[in-house]
Amino acid sequence: MDTPLASVVWLTLQVAAGGVALALPFALACAICLSGPRRVWRVGLDALVHLPLVLPPVVVGWGLLVVFGTHGPLGAPLARIGLPLVFTRAGAILATAVMILPLITRAIRLSLDGLDPGLLAAARTLGAAPLDAWFCVVLPLASPGILAGAVIGFAAALGEFGAVITFAANIPGQTQTLPLAIYTALQDPEGDAVAARLALVAAALAVGLLLVAGRLESWLRRRVNG
Amino acid sequence: MSLDLALSHRRGGFTLEATVTAPPGVTALFGPSGSGKSTILAAVAGLLRPDRGRVVASGRVLLDTARGIDLPPEHRRCGVVFQDSRLFAHLDVRANLRFGLRRAARRGRAGGPGLDEIVALLGLGALLDRRPAGLSGGERARVAIGRALLSRPALLLMDEPLAALDAPRRADILDYLHRLRGLTGGLSMLYVTHALDEVDRLADTLVLLDAGRVRACGPVFELMARPDLAEAFGAERAGALVAARIAAHHPERGLSELAFDGGSLWLPLLSAAPGSALRVRIRARDIALATERPAGLSSHNLLPARITALAPAGPHECLVVLACGATPLLALLTRDAVTRLGLDIGRPVWAVVKSVTLTGP
Repeated sequence: MDTPLASVVWLTLQVAAGGVALALPFALACAICLSGPRRVWRVGLDALVHLPLVLPPVVVGWGLLVVFGTHGPLGAPLARIGLPLVFTRAGAILATAVMILPLITRAIRLSLDGLDPGLLAAARTLGAAPLDAWFCVVLPLASPGILAGAVIGFAAALGEFGAVITFAANIPGQTQTLPLAIYTALQDPEGDAVAARLALVAAALAVGLLLVAGRLESWLRRRVNG
Repeated sequence: MSLDLALSHRRGGFTLEATVTAPPGVTALFGPSGSGKSTILAAVAGLLRPDRGRVVASGRVLLDTARGIDLPPEHRRCGVVFQDSRLFAHLDVRANLRFGLRRAARRGRAGGPGLDEIVALLGLGALLDRRPAGLSGGERARVAIGRALLSRPALLLMDEPLAALDAPRRADILDYLHRLRGLTGGLSMLYVTHALDEVDRLADTLVLLDAGRVRACGPVFELMARPDLAEAFGAERAGALVAARIAAHHPERGLSELAFDGGSLWLPLLSAAPGSALRVRIRARDIALATERPAGLSSHNLLPARITALAPAGPHECLVVLACGATPLLALLTRDAVTRLGLDIGRPVWAVVKSVTLTGP
């Protein structure tokens, strides 16, 4: 264990935050597409979004390697414009984002489905065009759900392992997040103490996060619902 | 604003085939649940696209499926008051009221009542900074009405705005609506209801709906006096609606005298000022007929009339249509009485009115 604890935690938080930031707009778009009457294309999209949840994470990592690898259809152009993903922090963020996408999408979709469609209709009769009505009525009312999705995504991101290690490898200071550091420590016959310390930090981080998130969410819910 | 609509819509087992022509004023869509009232309202608002149809408001075509015209709701200028209010929970009352107002201003619609005026009219002053979640049902209904009015609508659509309220709140809002009816001059309403007292109080034109079809459409006073429609209003309450005004108060006798087109009616002392217009309902079962002027009656109201039609009602009864001056009245008699008195069309009679129901305070 060469890297100091603080930098591992810092890197983990960065990767998790980056993953949430990257996944959130896609999750929002997916949730909007998915909420509505059942259609064949919706069922297909739903299955696609949920793939990372049901596939072994190592398969997701491998899939990312195929698509975003140095010679992959998307990886090659990205590398050319100076954004190589394999074995980089950006790669760790991408792998994390893909893994937490289904969780965030589900949370947002749940809150969108829970909204009364009549409110949108009411906004339209009051002179709001569809986009206006969406931004001024639907989005604010769904914001607690979006926050909840971001929080659950962040919590899950802190523990992402298989996809990250497959796609971004286990490079100290670059892609070695807390779970990867714990794994590394366990490879060392003398590493139990380090692993235990890291595990404690991970647990404290998770509990702290959930407490803060709970407060934040209930505050937002009060703000939104009056 | 006049309204012309012809709609044809089919969903599942329900078929709507409705043609309505209504002059400016308050048009009530009346009928049991499932008769298609709310479907019509949604089609006018642009919230439901009928299979075929045409909606024209004051010459402005809102929908014409044959010509491919279908204005989106935000361009129809139809303010809608929904039964469940549909206030925006994340906005306080002021922001809810301003929601439509701001967008109307952006579209360059000037004129119409301002925020302060509506706040005063509907008594919303104390609620402005509160959120919908903290409001009572009656307060919510008032805010929803104000919000719709402030969106500068050309037509106000009301979808049973009182159905979710308890009796005192209901009477309260009905008063507000009645006041609105007098104030808005030029703003027409399409008012969906299955409550007869709301029709009595507010409607100028009545559209009687039954199972997706228009049974009758016309001036409310005319339709209420039609014997063939009486059963639609309920045997208990069927009868003529009469427009009257207070001619004089007689406090020493404890009575008020109402003048209508056909004579006077005497009621227990009212509080409204002399000259005020009001509507009374004279139920068919509250009128007895006499072929000669009766003497020694306790009833205050004895009206000379002429029989214009007779229509059987149920196995043993008969509805007699009377012309009292220019005002039609309905009387429910047994068939035995009709035979016994030899009642027939054209026969002059005396109508003894046992009781008169006021439609509002």
